Amino acid sequence: MLVFFGMTAVTDPISQIRLIPNVSQTTIDNIIARKHLDEPVIVQYGIWVKDVFVNQFGNTALGDKPIWPDLSRAIGNTLQLVFVSELIAVVLAVILGVFSAKKQYSFFDYATTTVSFFGFSVPIFWFALILQALATTFFLKTGIRLVYTFGQSSFQPENAFIDQIQHMVLPVVTLSYVSIATYSRYQRASMLEVLHSDYVRTARAKGVKERVVTMKHALRNALIPVVTIAALSFGAVLGGAVITETIFAWPGMGKLFVDALVRGEVFTLMAWLMVTAVAVVIANLVADIVYGWLDPRIRYD
Amino acid sequence: MTDQKIPATESVEEAQTRLALDSVHLEGLEIESLTQWQLARRKFFQHKLAMTSLVILTLVFLAALFADFIAPYGFAEPDVPNRSIGPTLEAQHYFGTDKIGRDYFSRTLFGTRTSIYVAFIVAGLSTAIGAVIGGIAGYYGGAIDNILMRITDLFLTIPFLAILLVLSAFLGAGSPVRVAVILGLLFWTGLARIVRGEFLSLREKEFVEAAKVLGASDKRIIFRHILPNTMGPIIVNATLTVAAAILVEAALSFLGFGVQPPFPALGVLIAEGQDSLTTLWWLATFPGLTIVLIALCINFIGDGLRDALDPKQRVK
Repeated sequence: MLVFFGMTAVTDPISQIRLIPNVSQTTIDNIIARKHLDEPVIVQYGIWVKDVFVNQFGNTALGDKPIWPDLSRAIGNTLQLVFVSELIAVVLAVILGVFSAKKQYSFFDYATTTVSFFGFSVPIFWFALILQALATTFFLKTGIRLVYTFGQSSFQPENAFIDQIQHMVLPVVTLSYVSIATYSRYQRASMLEVLHSDYVRTARAKGVKERVVTMKHALRNALIPVVTIAALSFGAVLGGAVITETIFAWPGMGKLFVDALVRGEVFTLMAWLMVTAVAVVIANLVADIVYGWLDPRIRYD
Repeated sequence: MTDQKIPATESVEEAQTRLALDSVHLEGLEIESLTQWQLARRKFFQHKLAMTSLVILTLVFLAALFADFIAPYGFAEPDVPNRSIGPTLEAQHYFGTDKIGRDYFSRTLFGTRTSIYVAFIVAGLSTAIGAVIGGIAGYYGGAIDNILMRITDLFLTIPFLAILLVLSAFLGAGSPVRVAVILGLLFWTGLARIVRGEFLSLREKEFVEAAKVLGASDKRIIFRHILPNTMGPIIVNATLTVAAAILVEAALSFLGFGVQPPFPALGVLIAEGQDSLTTLWWLATFPGLTIVLIALCINFIGDGLRDALDPKQRVK
């Protein structure tokens, strides 16, 4: 992790500050002085690290605005989106994976396989656009507002909770579809492996009900690879959120990222990358805890 | 194999696969033995889904390759009388036209050509880099191995798309070749990990020891003795990289940080059709469907190749 912080710091600030267009030379000189960009890279890195901890990531280069308030608000919004969609994705994927493993080579199995192959092959931004277009067309044709295609909440909604859900449906569907495709494949594979193992046969031979065998003996062990994949792809989900949030104008991390990118705001980008990296590390930590809960034999001493 | 567990619920297909695998093990005993490649090819040809995908994909590729001859209109050529019309057979506007009368069938063909071009460069570049780095790291271990693993860890912790966006925004993408090179220089880590893993186990094998005893140089052992044995995973990975590269390039271009107009690319076309999606729905729909079709075919082919070349890694 330390290597990573070092690398971001070394590769980012010096070369890119000059690329910001429409900035006069005096402004650049001011920025350089304020951000110590004329210092050696190592010193800059030290200052940056100090900024991260003391000044909460410091201020933006252009406009000298504090980064953290915007960033923390965006983190909250994105976590809301990502948490809901990952929860739905994992639950649905586990159900789909277990059923297609139980009924291998059935119609249901082939159907889920096909749908998940589509999930791998659909560009996420295009899928989002199509959803948006369908929702808009539906609204224009029927006049019933089922879901919103834009933003996070309405101005003065009648029922704040329902309004919130209406705004979340489309981004959540978009985000979870790809995850469901991936996770359900892994769930199916690991479930098949476990179902063919000796201890499941023993359980059946003892006369344990098929339902209990599946839910208790098999599923618990088959969940472990899926937990791994879900934790590892947390970064990819955040990446997907960049696209999804841009399309649905969700004021989260992804939108913040693209905005900062368009403005060439290096320090916001660096703060963003660091926050995401920490988030992914936390996700992996959570996965480790879940392992221990699923399989008490796994111990970390 | 005698110690193999045969599940009671084995289906016909599974039995066939098992028997096919058994015949691999018995290779030396058969009178008419097949090489590994012949076996793989036979197995791949029997994979119906993969073969169908291969045929469709070849057609799409050929159409894109000969876009100059097939496309009824030029990429930016407006057909002024026929502006904003939906998909129709008249005047050969199969995918409709946009507000200034550009034919979207032609644009999609040219866009597909760009996207495929980019994807192949990415696959070629990343496979070459990944195989070499993975091979060196796996063979020598030590510091090189450590550095490699830290870099791949880095790619696991920060969203891949974010790194790409930052790089292409600041290095300045735009032309297809630049996008392809940026993607290619970042896509290799997955393959490097796989190749490294294969090398770690293969370098302990007897045939490597034999080669060493015979005085073969490290270079020769890596490239002549071990690398050919990792060809299966490499080919599978390269295939899947093509699909991934097409999707990622489209996403980058859509956000405006990949291939940029006037270069035709499928992501650019979708971005242009985005604003009029509810009225001129065909503009974004057909380029998108083309991406889905290509990626789907490649993924199926990759799956078939994996079954044929790399049975160990199979996700059932």
